[in-house]
Amino acid sequence: MTLQLFLLAAAGLFAIGLYGALSQQSIVMLMMGLELMLNGVILATAAFWYFLTPGGSDGQVLIVVIITAMAVEMAAGFAVVTAIYRSRQVDMTDGASDLRG
Amino acid sequence: MAATVLFWVLAVAAVGFGFAVFRLGSMAQVTFALLASFLAVAGLVLLLGLGYLGVVIALMMVIEMVIMAVFMIMYMMNPAGLMPMAMYHNKAGSMTIAVGTFAVLAAGILLVHWPVRRGVPPPDPTFALGEALMSGQMLTMMTLGVALFATIVTCVVLATNRGRYDRFGDDLRSGPAGGDGR
Repeated sequence: MTLQLFLLAAAGLFAIGLYGALSQQSIVMLMMGLELMLNGVILATAAFWYFLTPGGSDGQVLIVVIITAMAVEMAAGFAVVTAIYRSRQVDMTDGASDLRG
Repeated sequence: MAATVLFWVLAVAAVGFGFAVFRLGSMAQVTFALLASFLAVAGLVLLLGLGYLGVVIALMMVIEMVIMAVFMIMYMMNPAGLMPMAMYHNKAGSMTIAVGTFAVLAAGILLVHWPVRRGVPPPDPTFALGEALMSGQMLTMMTLGVALFATIVTCVVLATNRGRYDRFGDDLRSGPAGGDGR
């Protein structure tokens, strides 16, 4: 149990989430990728708190912030999926490319 | 020793189930693979002595994934895995980017000279967290509260059905179906 091992596991979760977010066509699966990325960030933050600065509680507060971000992302994401599906039956990322630059 | 074994089991489970999320065919299986990955991470957080946050993650993710399962069945192309189909775009490019990201992160993790540990964990980390949130980090907590409230409003506005005033504006004569805005 070292900091490096924890961070490697977190990096693995982040990379898998990134793969999912980039490769999935379904918007819901894309959001699962984003969740996995945040999952890795939680793990990395907890490891940083425990192995580097366990004296303060800033690391713990940061985890609370990340968990909140996760909940907000999920709720807002599903609301957007519902809205776009209701207005034009789009449930795939390829159908929602209006903001393509 | 037990902690090391537990770490390896949970870490392999977290990454393995995470990978299964994008490999399994059935959407129900995908949701529960993601849940298993989250529970493994919650276990790792518990292993680091963060009792409260580990339990919060576990409880929150169980509820979130159950809700997610409903949305999966609503919006998925292949809800029960009965009709196998490819749901990818740019698979090779995504894999290259993901593997490249992992390689860069892993190189950083292994090459950086990490600072030595400062301080020891408080006897009760939960108490320390509560004290921080109610004193020094009060502004953080208030910001989170406002952000969550804004999310509630946003979600209700986005998810609510559009009425005829949203579709045609205040001049109902401009709409189709005889101009009464239906």
